Amino acid sequence: MSAPATAIRFNEVTLGYGRRPAVHHLNGAISAGSLTAVVGPNGAGKSTLLKGIVGTLKPLDGRIRLDGPSSEIAYLPQAAEIDRSFPLSVYDLVAMGLWSRSGLFGGISAKDRAKIEEALEAVGLIGFERRPISTLSGGQMQRALFARLLLQDAPVILLDEPFTAIDAKTTADLLDLVRRWHDESRTVVAVLHDLDMVRRVFPETLLIAREPVAWGDTLEVLSADNLLKARRMVEAHDPHAHVCQRGAA
Amino acid sequence: MRMCASAEPHKEPAVLDPLITPFSEFEFMRRALVGVIAIALGGGPIGVFLMLRRMSLTGDAMAHAILPGAAVGYLLAGLSLPAMTVGGLAAGVIVAMAAGLVSRYTSLKEDASLAAFYLLSLALGVTIVSLRGSNVDLLHVLFGTVLALDDGTLLLLASISTLTVLALAVLYRPLVLECVDPIFLRSVSRSGTPTHLIFLGLVVLNLVGGFHALGTLLAVGMMMLPAAAARFWSSDITMMMVVSMLIGIASGIAGLLLSFHAELPAGPAIILSAGAVYVASLLMGREGGVLWRLWPGKHLEA
Repeated sequence: MSAPATAIRFNEVTLGYGRRPAVHHLNGAISAGSLTAVVGPNGAGKSTLLKGIVGTLKPLDGRIRLDGPSSEIAYLPQAAEIDRSFPLSVYDLVAMGLWSRSGLFGGISAKDRAKIEEALEAVGLIGFERRPISTLSGGQMQRALFARLLLQDAPVILLDEPFTAIDAKTTADLLDLVRRWHDESRTVVAVLHDLDMVRRVFPETLLIAREPVAWGDTLEVLSADNLLKARRMVEAHDPHAHVCQRGAA
Repeated sequence: MRMCASAEPHKEPAVLDPLITPFSEFEFMRRALVGVIAIALGGGPIGVFLMLRRMSLTGDAMAHAILPGAAVGYLLAGLSLPAMTVGGLAAGVIVAMAAGLVSRYTSLKEDASLAAFYLLSLALGVTIVSLRGSNVDLLHVLFGTVLALDDGTLLLLASISTLTVLALAVLYRPLVLECVDPIFLRSVSRSGTPTHLIFLGLVVLNLVGGFHALGTLLAVGMMMLPAAAARFWSSDITMMMVVSMLIGIASGIAGLLLSFHAELPAGPAIILSAGAVYVASLLMGREGGVLWRLWPGKHLEA
């Protein structure tokens, strides 16, 4: 690597729930402006890793260092975690993206309104402003959430399975936005399952199966050998697991 | 009244007479009217947020938690407004905060931890009462005295509703965000936990206010019934809060008149009126009311 600035550095990072590691001894860095896919089987710790980066989950061990405050991370969790029955309009949902600037009390200026309008247009949701979010389809909801990400205008963007259960047209549109963020040299990290898409769009990949399996150039990482290794991950808890001694010396 | 002041002063149209005379003739009715309006203005929006946060039963549980605190205040100082208010507030805040903190920092969910704490506080309250060994008349605490509100109580109710409306205006954004997308709020701001705790504090405050007029068992009614009814009339949260306030005020007035003319106890009459509005909304409400679901009309083109 030609040593560009790092956006996120992992130093012996172990993340997990209780004392059970979901991500075990991760070392490495995500360079600023890179476009990275995080790939691995279910239960491999991909979502956990993103939670660790955002800071909603404290590492059990090791350190995650960010180049800049964590508030400058835009994070899209798995869509299922939003209360879709809440009486909120698409416009208001998208406008939340301005939080870091408007905060608790700040008004929304005419300039902000123009930005919201722009974001809605970029995701193809013009005309949906007053619709309650409960009436949106899965794809439209994801478009609205991408519009909110656009407004957050963050240098680092984390996406957790953004294209799961989304149709081809919507996926293509939203992928264009991901490419645009990459062109604007934002750092983008996305958890994905579609390996063809990863090979096509994402230059770098982290293959993880609780332990990191491979990390670097996508085509090298996604070799048959590595994928097989990732698939062998043991999902069950070991009731007699010992205290991890790695790094103790 | 003002509307006919020019031509024939002091002459009401005969039809409106039974609606107005009770209030114009009797001071206790006017006081009760002010009291229920204050309760409706604070309780309406609080109820909407409780409902949207799926905490309707939390409000109910919290109302029970207030009872022993107020009872202790009553035992120590008799029917004293400050003692019962402080007692109720203390019990409510302790239970709400403890339950909130437990659900945040352990794996127990809020409803379970709240149930645990309110049962504990209820048992504690009953124990304290029985230790004194006196057969205390707790009817006041249980069902309130909406027709005997003194200046102090009215002032308390008005202060609580003012504080509630102001606090909700300040906390509006994080409150809404915490309902819709708590993970997003956590990723952009640390205001989630304090917002939640302040909101629980407001719930307790309104319940304590409500219990002076309606008693601990019925105070939740002025929060949850108007809110649940408002859900059937709007799918916009701001409108929902306004509708909920209006339903609360209307039920208050209707309940007071009902109790005046039919000689029913006022507290239950108010809650019954709110209940009637709820059932009517459930049937006829434009947003998902039963009748609209049964006869939705022919489907549209797009």
